[in-house]
Amino acid sequence: MTSTLVRETPATAPRTRQPRKRKSAAYPAFRVIMLAVIVLTFVAPLAWMVLASFKTNVDIYNPESAFVFSPTMQNYETVFGQANYLQYIFNSFWIGLASTALSLILGVPAAYSMSRFVMKKSAALVLLARIIPGVSLLVPWYLIFSNLRLVGSYEVLILSHMFVALPLIVYIMMSFFDSLPLELEEQAQVDGLTPIGAFLRISLPLSVPGIATAGILSFIFSWNNFMFALVLSGARTKTLPVAIFDFVAYASIDWGGLMAAAVIITIPIMVIALFTQKYIVSGLTAGATKG
Amino acid sequence: MSVLARPRGPFDAFSRWANHNRKWVLAAPAMVFVALLIIFPVGWTLYLSLTDASGSVRAESEFIGLENYFDVLTDTERFWPAVLRTAAFTGGALLFEMGLGMCIALLLWRPFRGEKWVRVAILLPLVATPVAVGMMWRLIFEPNIGFANQMLSWFGIPAQPWLSGQTTALPTLIFIDIWQWTPMVVLILLAGLTSLSDEPDEAARVDGATAWQRFWYVTFPLIMPTFITAILLRGIDALKTFDILYATKGKGGGSFHEVETLNVYAYGLSFDYNDYGVSSTVLIIFFLMIIGCIWLLTIRKKRSNS
Repeated sequence: MTSTLVRETPATAPRTRQPRKRKSAAYPAFRVIMLAVIVLTFVAPLAWMVLASFKTNVDIYNPESAFVFSPTMQNYETVFGQANYLQYIFNSFWIGLASTALSLILGVPAAYSMSRFVMKKSAALVLLARIIPGVSLLVPWYLIFSNLRLVGSYEVLILSHMFVALPLIVYIMMSFFDSLPLELEEQAQVDGLTPIGAFLRISLPLSVPGIATAGILSFIFSWNNFMFALVLSGARTKTLPVAIFDFVAYASIDWGGLMAAAVIITIPIMVIALFTQKYIVSGLTAGATKG
Repeated sequence: MSVLARPRGPFDAFSRWANHNRKWVLAAPAMVFVALLIIFPVGWTLYLSLTDASGSVRAESEFIGLENYFDVLTDTERFWPAVLRTAAFTGGALLFEMGLGMCIALLLWRPFRGEKWVRVAILLPLVATPVAVGMMWRLIFEPNIGFANQMLSWFGIPAQPWLSGQTTALPTLIFIDIWQWTPMVVLILLAGLTSLSDEPDEAARVDGATAWQRFWYVTFPLIMPTFITAILLRGIDALKTFDILYATKGKGGGSFHEVETLNVYAYGLSFDYNDYGVSSTVLIIFFLMIIGCIWLLTIRKKRSNS
């Protein structure tokens, strides 16, 4: 576009224009190739996992049937038949939903208050939870909850997952409220609403997109969480990331079953991600660009 | 309005009090929760690190002062190698993730056809469950039947032990981390890039700057704060990596502790050996190291902001 304006002198003009033109012709092609490489790099391993989940263990061990094989549902039958996966799927959903809901109830008003009144120290306290290694909390929790004989209960798992969810929600909602205009709320107060009433009836409905963002991300983080459930869950309350280890025995691994279980864990979360892409991206980058 | 006409009652008194103190009424529940669930456990961890607590939950423990700290800081067999591994893992992963992330973000910056599909591809590793991702790569890097060695054989390169080798395990895990988390860096940097105004770039273009000059002298300094935020966010998580290490190598970071980072070491001390005193000491030192790194980075960020 503006490249012709770079040098007005006739002597240099053709020379500067020439390489620019060639480059602008080469760049789109280069870009397409690079983008294809990127897509392939990120998708191919996942595709390989899905392929393997439809193979018999004989086919998995045979390099000649890497891409050509007769698909079988046998692995999925193993997962749902022998292993009690329906229970584990329920556990993951229930713990994720409950910890997300409770964290939203606690976190959204707190984030509003911290954003509105610039409570920097309080915000730092909540965000400290992002930094602390989870094990350092798990040790005291484990000691307390095993004394109370609560290890293995849903309550303890929900509580522990709230530790991940709450700071995340406060973090996302704070940057959301920061960008929300407060004039409407002030107007509502002039019209007779109490300050809390104005928050509940004006700002809260306006922040539904932010709440959706925070909620979806919090659910994903809970679903993917492994360490807390590894220590605090029991045989009945195991979540999916813990249950997948049933397929890893000391001496041998049932690769087909393992891949089917891995697919079952990742599919729900990917379906959610595909439909809520916009929210996830805005949540993951919340506050990051404001410095 | 109707508020004035409403009869006064105990609820109104409460409502007035709540509205007057709304700053704390709204924030307190979350703050109390955080304090109970975080401050209290961290305090307890600090206390445990000064005792010889171990074994069964009810066993008596004695206060031993800083003995654990002396033992841990002079332990060159498990602790310091774990520190080095943590630094190598975090540093290696960060270096590649920031570099690749910057390149990919620049590629995706200007609009193009099929943008939506590329973005979906980038989002997939990011949301995939780390444990499942670990299992997936475990199959791909399996020395005998894995696809990685099959691919090497097409080029006549001998098979590698990948995750099962003592020297190759850590680099392989760094690779897996790069695969899963580079998209995070891309998304953050892309958000930073799209929020930039076009004017400085255009001005540099008019002045005849090459694409590289425009990036290095104009775009990059402008998104430096975002860049450092991405390092912070990714660095904190990389330091604490546990899921993938455990999913691929099991307890203790492999039979020779070849991928035992501080997090894995502390976990093993706590829940495989019930050595709560020593594990708490490791955790406190680990925590202080993280705070130190963050402190250094935020100073850098403040400087680039001003």
